[in-house]
Amino acid sequence: MLTFTLRRVLVALAVAFTVSVASFLLLHLSGDLATAIAGPESTGPQIEAIRREYGLDQPLLTQFLTWAWRALHLDFGNSFYFRERVIDLLAARLPITLYLGFIALGVALFVAIPLGVIAAVKRDTWIDRLALAVSVLGQAMPSFWFGLTLILVFSVNLRWLPVSGNATWKNFVLPAVALGYYAMPAVMRLTRNGMLEVLASDYVRTARAKGLPPRKILVRHALRNAVIPVIALSAVQFGFMLGGSIVIEAVFSLQGLGQLAWESIARNDFPVVQAIVLVLAMIYIGLTLAADLLNAFLDPRLRQA
Amino acid sequence: MSLPPDTAALAAPALPPDAPIALAPVPSPTGIVLRRGLRHGGFLIGAGILGLIVLASLAAPLIAPHDPYAQDVSRRLIPPIWQAKGSWDHILGTDKLGRDYLSRLLYGGQISLLIGVSAALISGLIGTVLGLCAGYFGGWVDAVVSYVVTTRLAMPVVLVALAMAALVGGSLKVVVLVLGFLLWDRFAVVTRAATQQIRDRDFVSAARAAGLTDLRIVLQEILPNIMNALIVVATLEMAHAILLEAALSFLGLGVQPPLPSWGLMIAEGKQYMFFQPWVITIPGVALLLLVLAINLLGDGLRDITAPEARH
Repeated sequence: MLTFTLRRVLVALAVAFTVSVASFLLLHLSGDLATAIAGPESTGPQIEAIRREYGLDQPLLTQFLTWAWRALHLDFGNSFYFRERVIDLLAARLPITLYLGFIALGVALFVAIPLGVIAAVKRDTWIDRLALAVSVLGQAMPSFWFGLTLILVFSVNLRWLPVSGNATWKNFVLPAVALGYYAMPAVMRLTRNGMLEVLASDYVRTARAKGLPPRKILVRHALRNAVIPVIALSAVQFGFMLGGSIVIEAVFSLQGLGQLAWESIARNDFPVVQAIVLVLAMIYIGLTLAADLLNAFLDPRLRQA
Repeated sequence: MSLPPDTAALAAPALPPDAPIALAPVPSPTGIVLRRGLRHGGFLIGAGILGLIVLASLAAPLIAPHDPYAQDVSRRLIPPIWQAKGSWDHILGTDKLGRDYLSRLLYGGQISLLIGVSAALISGLIGTVLGLCAGYFGGWVDAVVSYVVTTRLAMPVVLVALAMAALVGGSLKVVVLVLGFLLWDRFAVVTRAATQQIRDRDFVSAARAAGLTDLRIVLQEILPNIMNALIVVATLEMAHAILLEAALSFLGLGVQPPLPSWGLMIAEGKQYMFFQPWVITIPGVALLLLVLAINLLGDGLRDITAPEARH
């Protein structure tokens, strides 16, 4: 387990490094940053001044090393737009996105796991088909449109919940549903398949033969084992949701990291964009690492890989 | 005792000695797949809806009642036909600039389909080449490809796509390229796994023993055998690309106005949706139907071509 952990941690660190190189290169090669910062009406000398001011005249490698060295010390420079340290902006916005992500994951698991269990137990009945239909619809629904539709139904017509902002917990209900619905199909399918497999296994048959009550078999013997891969998947889905929250935050005007990213992209505020890409990637890498280690801890067969 | 001539003929059937004995007509693989397809409800529904959308989009120049770009400020936000103030002249109403919504919807279908197909082609090419190399050669090649896939998965797609589109300048071409170069991960993963499964089968060994080059083995022996899996992934990625394009355009960094992208139509309708909900419902339902149809088709194809892989 120790060697496995060490190897996984090393790979995660290497991936983190590669991602930072890749995101740095993508932004620097997609266009001329100095021209983008200066805006469309600027003249040659102005662009040159900006190029010098932000160190964009340096060789790319020097620029990267400077940026990476500072980023290692959590110094992402200053925002072009806010004239504030990027790290302070992140510290203010990240909790909102994390909060949204946790509720969304909670919503997804709360619906998807029971649905998956019922679908597996009542296999090939109308309940199973309904669960499948819900998951197929979930995958086809454009999340931003679903969010707008939720606003129309629950905020405008029924007046139950606020339209936008992040003042109270009520503001997080609709965005969390819109974001969580997106993660639900994968969790539902995995739970269903896991349950089907476990329910057909020898030890469940033994438990049945012993005369244990069905509910006890289902929860204590079957679900407990079927849910292990779901935990790992949830960690990965949480990472995806943080990335996808950019669209949802824009729809609901939640002042989280995603909204900051969107506005910063539109304002050519590159230090902020770069830092957000890096932070989201690091969170994702951390989550998948944790999921891998958890899986290997619970299932020793995986440690060989 | 000699047999009468007719029974002798019965005892020795007039067949060459090594002729195959046909017990029942053997259905061809195409026949099997066709029959399964016709029995698969999801596949039929998906194929039907997708077929209609493709036809309607391709025929847009012929069937669209108006020019999708023609503005008429005196006819702004006319509601669709099923509402009290609707008119047959604009069956799905008009947008905030008085452009015919049905015509824009039909031309918008072209954009979604174009993006879906071209992004899936580009990402399919990248992912398949990577996956084939990793699966066929194994060893350090496999390690490198797996590492690249892991790295790609760690990058937040929406954010990176937005940032790149913003820097290059949002346009149809840029969206296609950005999505094509970002969405190849699933192609690589599936191709790699499928290639590993058949790499050591007898027909591949035979080809190797016959002295075929690696390139020809991969192209002639392996690729045709993993094509089914690739087509299924292609449908998934088409749907994925269409949804991402809509999201990018919705955020203002994808396809640019006045092009009638469905995501853009929703963005433009957003400010009117409180009084005229249909301005976002119509393009939203169109998107939902298109993506749903592609997914149903893909799921159906998987069931039909590889029933053992069904979950």
